[in-house]
Order: sequence, then C-alpha cells, then structure tokens
Amino acid sequence: MSRLGRRTGFAWMGGVYVFLYLPIFTLIVFSFNASPMVTNWGGFSLRWYQALMQDTEIIEGFKLSLKIAFATGCSSVVLGTLAAITLHRFKRFPGRTLFAGMVNSPLVMPEVIIGLSLLLMLVSVQKLFGFPDRGFATIWLGHTLLGMAYATVVVLSRLQEMSPSLEEAAQDLGALPAQVFFLITLPLISQALASAWLLTFTLSLDDVVISAFLNGPGSTTMPITIFSRARLGLNPSVNTVATLTVVVVSIGVLTASVWMSRRERRRAQEMAAAYRKVD
Amino acid sequence: MSALPASSPGYAHLVGRWGRVAVISVPMVFLLLVFLLPFLVVFKISVSEMDTVFFKDVLTFKDDAVFLALKYGNYISLTQDALYLTAYLSSIKIAAITTAICLFIAYPFAYFLARSPADRRPALLMLVMLPFWTSFLLRVYAWKMLLADAGVFNNVAIALGLIAEPVKMMNTPFSLVLGMVYTYLPFMILPLYANLVKMDLTLLEAALDLGAKPWQAFWRITVPLSASGIIAGSMLVFIPCVGEFVIPELLGGPETLMIGHVLWNEFFGNNDWPMAASVAVAMVALIIIPLALFNKYQAESTAGGRV
Repeated sequence: MSRLGRRTGFAWMGGVYVFLYLPIFTLIVFSFNASPMVTNWGGFSLRWYQALMQDTEIIEGFKLSLKIAFATGCSSVVLGTLAAITLHRFKRFPGRTLFAGMVNSPLVMPEVIIGLSLLLMLVSVQKLFGFPDRGFATIWLGHTLLGMAYATVVVLSRLQEMSPSLEEAAQDLGALPAQVFFLITLPLISQALASAWLLTFTLSLDDVVISAFLNGPGSTTMPITIFSRARLGLNPSVNTVATLTVVVVSIGVLTASVWMSRRERRRAQEMAAAYRKVD
Repeated sequence: MSALPASSPGYAHLVGRWGRVAVISVPMVFLLLVFLLPFLVVFKISVSEMDTVFFKDVLTFKDDAVFLALKYGNYISLTQDALYLTAYLSSIKIAAITTAICLFIAYPFAYFLARSPADRRPALLMLVMLPFWTSFLLRVYAWKMLLADAGVFNNVAIALGLIAEPVKMMNTPFSLVLGMVYTYLPFMILPLYANLVKMDLTLLEAALDLGAKPWQAFWRITVPLSASGIIAGSMLVFIPCVGEFVIPELLGGPETLMIGHVLWNEFFGNNDWPMAASVAVAMVALIIIPLALFNKYQAESTAGGRV
C-alpha cells in the first residue's frame, strides 16, 4: 500500500474508533459530575454512586436481570451447541433448510416481532392450560431464542475451523460416540462455548424489547427501568450504571481473552509435545 | 476399520442413529415451538376480532357446527390509514439510509483492517467488538447527552465561540440515523472484514501486472469478490433497522415515526392485540425478501461453501 493509502487508512480507522468510543467516554466522565445538570460539568463527585446504592428499583432489577442472564447463557449454549453440531455434521436430513432458517432468523428479526409473537403464543397457552405466568420463565424463554442464534454462530465457526482428524482418530481407537464428544470435541470447542456464554449473557443483560413484552407484575428487569428513565430525559443514575457496566465488562472480556490465549498456547505446547513423543 | 473419508458428511456415523435423532430434535422442537408456532399464532390473531378484554377465537363451536370468523378489517385499515403507510415508508427509508452510511464507513475500515499487520489485527478487531459487549441501551443514551440542546456538543461549541445559539440536533432524523449507524456499524464491519481478510491478494497483483490502475483493480476485483460480505452486512443492518424500537424511542422525533413504535403503541397503548398482530405480519412481509437473502448467505457459509 502506498504511503498516502496507509495514511488514509490510519485516519479512517482512527475516526471510526473515536466515533465508537466517544459516547462511552462521555458517559463515564459525566458519571462523576457533581452538578445535577447532567451535561454541565460541576466538579468531581461520587454523589450519583451513593444515590445508586439507595436505588432499590435499580438494584432489584439488576438482581433479576443477572439471574435471567445467567440462565440464558447456560440454556443458549446448550441449545446453540446442539444446533451447531446439527448444521455442521448432518448435511442431509428432512427439514434442514427450515432448521437453518429458524436458527439464523432471530439474528436479524426485529425484536418487537419476536416479543409480540412469543407473548401472544404464551397467552394462548396460558388460556388453554393455566400456565405459565409471565415473569422470570417467560423472559428466559424469549432471551434463549435470541441467545441460541448467536451461540450457534459462535460454536459453528469453531467447529468449521476444527480438523476432523482428532475425532476420527478417537473413533478408530474404539471410543464410543459419546466419549468422542465429551473427551475430544467438547474440550476443543470449550473456548467457543465460553465466548458464546459470555455473549448471550450480555445480550440478555441488555435486552429491553423482548423483556418488556414477556415480563409480568414484579419482574421488571434493569434495562426496562433504565429505558423508562432514559425516555423521560437525561438521568445521572443511568451514567453510574453505565460506568459500572463498562468497568465490569472490560475486566471480564480482558480476563477471558487472556485466559483463553493462555489455554490456547498451553494446548499448542501439549500438541507439540505429543507429536515429539511419537517421533 | 476402513479409512474415513475426510469430508465431514462422511463421519456422521460417529454419532449413532439415535444420538443423531436426539441431537437434531432437541433444538428443532425448541425452534418449532418458540419460533415458528408463535408466528402462526400471530397470523391467527391478526384475523381475529377483539373482544372486550381478549381476542375472540377464529373457530367457534356452537350447536354442533364449526363457525369460522375471519376479520380482514385490520389489513384493510393497514392499507387505508395514512399513519401505517407513512410509518412503513419512513421505516424503509431510515433503514436504507442507515445501511448505506454503514457500508460507506465500514467498507474502507474493514479493508484497512484486513490489510493491517497480522499481529495487530486481533487487538484492532477486539476494539470494534468491545463496545458491542457493553450495553447497547446505555450507548444510545450517551448520544442523548452529546446531542441535546444543552448537551455536550452544543456546550463545547458555544464555549469555543463557534456558535451563539444551541443547534437543534436531538429528536431529528439526523440524531436517529446517527444512533442507528452507531449501533449497527459493527454488524457491517465484521462480515466485511471476515470476507476481505480471506481475499487472495495475488489476484490484485495479477490485475496490476496486467496494467490495471489501482482503483480499477479495486472496483473490478476487490468489490465483486467481497459481494457476499456486502450482502451479509447490509442484511444484518437493514432488517433489524426496519423494526427498530429502542433507538427511535430515545433519539427520534415527531418526524421519524417508525413501524416498531406503531406496533408497540397498538399493543401497549391501545391494547388492540389483533391490530398489533397484523402490523407484525405486514412487517414480516416487508422483510421476508431481505431475510431470505440473509438465510441464503448463512446457509452458504455454514455449508462450508464460499464465504
């Protein structure tokens, strides 16, 4: 690439990064604002963090959101892994096109449609059988549908870059299908499972629309509270929540990626050692 | 034991017949019950009549006979009431503008990212993904702080003497499109990057050796080769944008009525479930072709074909 090209590239990429991070940076800075006017700087203060500690609506919502997100992460990874294995292994079975379409569509389907259709179905089911009541379980169900689609993409891309030779070797050495899966495949895709879990966890923790359709009395998640406050106008409590989220997520993602790259390196070393012994 | 063929379909027998049925049927049944069935229910309700507190059943049993009561009234008002038509048109327009701007920003970005030193790429890519991991709701809210009349941009510009009066940016088409582009940009960057990073650079060298100008090589080699990435990214942005609710609610204004808001209002505001259901059916009709395109691309990439 020419020098002009390289400079243009540098400037373009820099511009995009500024665009991506400017709002996050602003949120963090103004969460330490002493002034009650959200966008006028009035000096450093922790008063909004103190106020957050007393904010039971946010705290209760956060606890509920955390539980739902945890459950969603687990169920999405299990279903997404099964779906990814299905798409990867079984190239021909009746309904494969329908299956692939149903797995992929929630990735792009507007959330208002997912939320509305699930709610109308659940209401019909409830009319027939008397359950389920709207709340934790129904929100979990909706988030799992969305999370499963994302988990499938993450796990599938890992399965595709994996060489089938290790599984074949285990099979040739007499391992049963279940043994092959739990002893060979699962450890090899464990990283992808961890990222899929984290991704679906954060998706669930963040969701407004599906939760708003599927929640019931007493099951207001944190994003619903934040959304209704943000709709009314600027609110300092939102900034503090944002800052805490950014800090936790950054630490989480950085730790996870360091841990994963270490694991990857160790596995590469073990593989190299194994091959040396054979020689 | 005979040698296994290297292609993946060949080792399907690794999992026994019943294992295979179990692996397929668990996610399949889940999706049929939680994804497909709800759509059929929505369709049914969209042609039901609203009772006082609940919609009536389409089929009723009375005096040993089945009565079928279909109501097309919702669909008729969809085509005749200017509100719905305006909302549909402006949703498509805003989604199309957002997609175009995302493509314009993301394509050069993904191109330069794919051509940057290989050891720096994971970190640069991670920086694109990191905002995606932090709350989308909070990041949209942040634009409210930046763009408000007494917001950060206006305050800074006034303090520097660039403007005397605050410029109105919030609750306009500008703030809405800005928020949409901001939110969906990573969805455009990632498929484009995945595509461009795999590109065979010798093709470009060949074109240049044969006397093509760099921009000719770009338009006639790079762009056509990345067509599937462009389609995937565009669909990933366009389809959810059509039905977006949260961003227009926080950043949009009176001029930017979108269909997601209409659906929400019919449901939560007017409690007219059949009407909300028919708005949803019409929205699905609107996105069904882009959705089919997206699924075709996904099917190709999951089949291990060209990406």
